[in-house]
Amino acid sequence: MASVQTRRTLAKAGVITGLVLGGLFAALPVLWMLSTSLKSNGEVFQNPPQLITDSFSFDAYTAILTDPAQLQFFLNSYIVAGSVTVLTLLVAILAGYAFSRFTFPGSRTINAVIVSVQAVPPITLVIPYFGLVVALGLYDTYPGLILTHMVFTLPYAIIMITAYLNTLPKELDESVKVDGGNGWTALWRILVPISVPGLIAVGVYTFMISWNEYLFALALTRTDEMRTVPIGIQLLMGQHSYEWNQMMAMSILGSIPVLVLFLIFQRRFIGGLTAGAVKA
Amino acid sequence: MTTKAAPAVPRSGRLRSLIPFGYLSPTLLLIFVLMVIPIVMVISYSLRDNVIVTANPVFAGFANYTKVLTDPDFIAALKNTAIFISVSTVAHLVLGLTFAMMLNTKLLSGVTKAIFRIVYILPWLFTIAVIAVIWRLLLDPAGVVNYILQTLGVVQEGIGWFSDPDIALWAVTFVNVWSGYPFFMISLLAGLQGIPADLYEAASVDGTTWWQRFRHVTLPQLKPVIISMAVLDLIWTSQQFALIWMTTGGGPLNTTEMLSTYVYKQAFSEYEFATASAAAVIVLLLTMILAFFYVRSQRER
Repeated sequence: MASVQTRRTLAKAGVITGLVLGGLFAALPVLWMLSTSLKSNGEVFQNPPQLITDSFSFDAYTAILTDPAQLQFFLNSYIVAGSVTVLTLLVAILAGYAFSRFTFPGSRTINAVIVSVQAVPPITLVIPYFGLVVALGLYDTYPGLILTHMVFTLPYAIIMITAYLNTLPKELDESVKVDGGNGWTALWRILVPISVPGLIAVGVYTFMISWNEYLFALALTRTDEMRTVPIGIQLLMGQHSYEWNQMMAMSILGSIPVLVLFLIFQRRFIGGLTAGAVKA
Repeated sequence: MTTKAAPAVPRSGRLRSLIPFGYLSPTLLLIFVLMVIPIVMVISYSLRDNVIVTANPVFAGFANYTKVLTDPDFIAALKNTAIFISVSTVAHLVLGLTFAMMLNTKLLSGVTKAIFRIVYILPWLFTIAVIAVIWRLLLDPAGVVNYILQTLGVVQEGIGWFSDPDIALWAVTFVNVWSGYPFFMISLLAGLQGIPADLYEAASVDGTTWWQRFRHVTLPQLKPVIISMAVLDLIWTSQQFALIWMTTGGGPLNTTEMLSTYVYKQAFSEYEFATASAAAVIVLLLTMILAFFYVRSQRER
């Protein structure tokens, strides 16, 4: 009996040790970013390294937040990611309703095409997109970025919203039709309000994808007035190659929207994500 | 009533059958503009000469493909990408499974596990641009990683992880492993929680060891998730661009050049859009092969 007890204690100690080591692997780089953002630039590479130095201050954050050029990057990212989220949800709700509530010829084929869009490499698309946005006069504009970001967000959103609507009983729609309403009113009056939890999860993920997108933002914009946060971070690296504290402050500020959204919707989000990954 | 309504049914039925396409029309339009047209465009670019930069490009047949496939830089990119994606995927799987199993333990309380879970997901919450900057700081020759290794006596002087041709590919692979394991972990954790407890109980009664339970219960149960995640990861990792672009830029001496950075450089640094398009079509074909295996693994489930 004692040996079972001992073995349990040993196993527990082993698991805790493993978890702590893994946790350090995951968290130390992030902690170091935070620590560096609070140092003066002269102490970034001091020997020996210290987590908190005498020069502890928020100067790097002030420098970023009072620089109009940096604020423009944030504004651009909010405009692009916000628009992508709203448009993606609108288009995907309509498509999800069609897949969930109608049987029509070609529905399986169209669905297969939407799923396969996810696998097409962005690097293959960026060349014709460049030709396309230049031809349409959308090079270096918000609409050019918003439109192209939707190629990443729309397939996922349609798959998730269709799956969500499939879980809602069709009697809900019928009750509206009995009262003289049609499918359109059933969708917007009944189904969409009920689906808000699912739509939030899809919206958060959509926002994250667009906020983080790098390749199209790099290739399809040119001026600093149109650059988004990920490109802004890269530009900071080029401009002041040695202002590590400011680069880290910018990185943290640029990560905050995604971190906040994730923490608020964590449970729902992970559920939706695994459902998508495991069942898609 | 049925006889009266009968003639009207076909016409209204035909009209009604158009309704779903009405709801789908924005999606179909976007897929046409964002997927069908661009793929046709990139294929046609790849068969012509001097596209985009000249007004009247001429048909060049497969010359661009020959040029790409005989370019040593492209071959190097192909080889680097193969190493990068296979090592990344295996490491993601091993780390993801190890962490998922630790987080699934019955020995710790739910709250403790929830806190650890958030910590473990951390790397996944930062965009690649941020991850690239963090690791450039950490792996700087004067950075904290080199300081620790020097203090431990592992190395004599600071290593340029991203600038040494012998090491750079392993450095970017390591950073990619760090940033990508959480997605595996989350999916495998869901998979572990879905394994019926009585399978383990039945195994315990027979007096099996931990390793036997892992091999004969856990792994077979997770196999479908593992296979589909692995193929998805190969596809996603092959599309990685930002991480390479912001850490090494494909250097030093092409040692970290990937298919994605090769295509980007051909197009947006060399303005060789035709060559870039041919390479981009080859990348598309390679991805389709992987996607085929993904679809097949999904069907088998």
